Amino acid sequence: MSTHDPVTSATLHGCLLGDSRGQAVLFVPKSSYVSTMKKLVDDGFEMCADLTAVDFLTHAARSLPESIQPERFEIVVNLLSLSKRERLRVRVQVGESDPQINSLFDLYPGTEAMEREVFDMFGISFTGHPDLTRILMPEDWQGHPLRKDYAQGRIPVQFKGAAS
Amino acid sequence: MTPRETETVVSAAAGTNEGNQELRSRSELTAKEVMREVGAVLRMSEADAALLAEVEADPGEDQTMIINMGPQHPSTHGVLRLMLELKGETVLRCKPIIGYLHTGMEKTGESLTFMQGGTNVTRMDYLSPLNSELVFSMATEKLLGIDGEIPERAVWIRMLMSELNRMSSHLLFMATNGMDIGAVSMMLYGWREREVVLRFFQKVTGLRMNHNYIRPGGVATDLPAGWRDDVMSILDMLPDRLGEYDVLMTNQPIWRERLQGVGVITQAEAIALGATGPILRSTGLAWDLRRDMPYMHYDQLEFDVIVGSYGDAFDRYAIRLNEIRESMRIVRQILDRVPRGDFRIQDKKVTPPPRARIDESMEALIHHFKIFTEGFKVPEGEVYVAIESPRGEVGCYIASDGSPTPYRMHVRAPSFVNVQALPHMMRGGLVADAVAVISSVDPVLGEVDR
Repeated sequence: MSTHDPVTSATLHGCLLGDSRGQAVLFVPKSSYVSTMKKLVDDGFEMCADLTAVDFLTHAARSLPESIQPERFEIVVNLLSLSKRERLRVRVQVGESDPQINSLFDLYPGTEAMEREVFDMFGISFTGHPDLTRILMPEDWQGHPLRKDYAQGRIPVQFKGAAS
Repeated sequence: MTPRETETVVSAAAGTNEGNQELRSRSELTAKEVMREVGAVLRMSEADAALLAEVEADPGEDQTMIINMGPQHPSTHGVLRLMLELKGETVLRCKPIIGYLHTGMEKTGESLTFMQGGTNVTRMDYLSPLNSELVFSMATEKLLGIDGEIPERAVWIRMLMSELNRMSSHLLFMATNGMDIGAVSMMLYGWREREVVLRFFQKVTGLRMNHNYIRPGGVATDLPAGWRDDVMSILDMLPDRLGEYDVLMTNQPIWRERLQGVGVITQAEAIALGATGPILRSTGLAWDLRRDMPYMHYDQLEFDVIVGSYGDAFDRYAIRLNEIRESMRIVRQILDRVPRGDFRIQDKKVTPPPRARIDESMEALIHHFKIFTEGFKVPEGEVYVAIESPRGEVGCYIASDGSPTPYRMHVRAPSFVNVQALPHMMRGGLVADAVAVISSVDPVLGEVDR
């Protein structure tokens, strides 16, 4: 297996349609995120199976179509069409300087908790979300654990006879 | 630390104050926010929305009460906390507050190799660990590009274990659901039957739970001698026991009274909220990934997708009971079809050399050492793979940067999404039914919080 470059020829609703290991991936610009999603709902993607994010801080040189400007964060939405039995993955680039994006809450109410999780774990805020609070971490927690510059917790180990 | 600081730390640790995460009192909310919380967002017609607003006709702050249920409550299946706004005995609003079992498993997954990843994901949904392992392995295999090369025997063993796991998970649901509703003896029976299945798991994998049995490339070990007889004895034992469940619960008027019409969710709501599994099927939609988007060899098997028609707690109970029967039907077909052959892929990249080779070959020893300390490199890319777990669609999203550890590993946990449907099921119901509704969702908090 060589590294897999997403196919860049096809488009859907004016967005690049790629292919990752046989799975359809749509690269949607942040500016037309919600309007494109609205069209996808009309295309029959009734269910939003999953919404998550990736922090590409230490892997900025990932393979993306040429016209896509890589940013630090990527929102990944997995849509599911029950009627057509199809899946479509939407990837949106979100910059580090302005980590915010519109909420999908009005289109897919089920994303409410998922967006809260992304906010909690990555510090990306969702405009128009009705209740954007932390969901997994305690309310007074500092930082966003799944960011790559957030260190993993560790317990100091005392070795027998070690100095200090 | 000054005494004053110590004091605040202690008081914060003793309480369960989650600040803004909690259900806020009605006086702090605008009418629009209340509407959102109670589900007006679900693309309903204006007439429906008006009707909904009428029922809610501002009960006034002094007539309602916000109470906590959990996180320490025997019927919350772990550490789920619900805040309920009550008027008398009627639930007006409800908000699940989660995170009490959050251990950062997705973060941990980023530092474990693909080889070790199974030990991590298996602890998420601890009632169906084999399904979590399976979806993780399938995602890794897809990234490696070996998803079509898994030996036939391994694929059929995976299906066998996955279905047995579905049975054990649903049997435990029978037990806890019975206990929550008040059929306490049911708890003993459910655990007893589940134990038989777990004993088989122990024989195969060495562990009752958290097996790390299904691994990228195949399964950890071959099935032990006499496994067919063991499975047959489970299949012989269960039908009578399930018949007893029918006598004890399904046909019993108290049981029906307690569950029918409780915790109703409509099909539109379930789809909009992303609820999957028995919750979605209870609304009458026959959606099962095993049949609708087949993976492994489910397309070669004959089985029915069980659906309900009312979307209530009784439907969800009946669906799970009958899914045990369907899984038994599937296992029977699998028994005849497990072929001989390898139980893991003979690709030196992902499979360590067998133990006997290590004793005679230096290269095998080095290879074994390298694969266990460094793991194997997985090509750059990203995939999302989903399968049908007992609770619904469990998905695994992996982004790889070409190193032996996942760059990002995310598990789409069905319980996490299904728990968000609780407010819609609870609204307008009685507080006494709250336990029945939580139970019918069958959440596993290890998976909700990850």
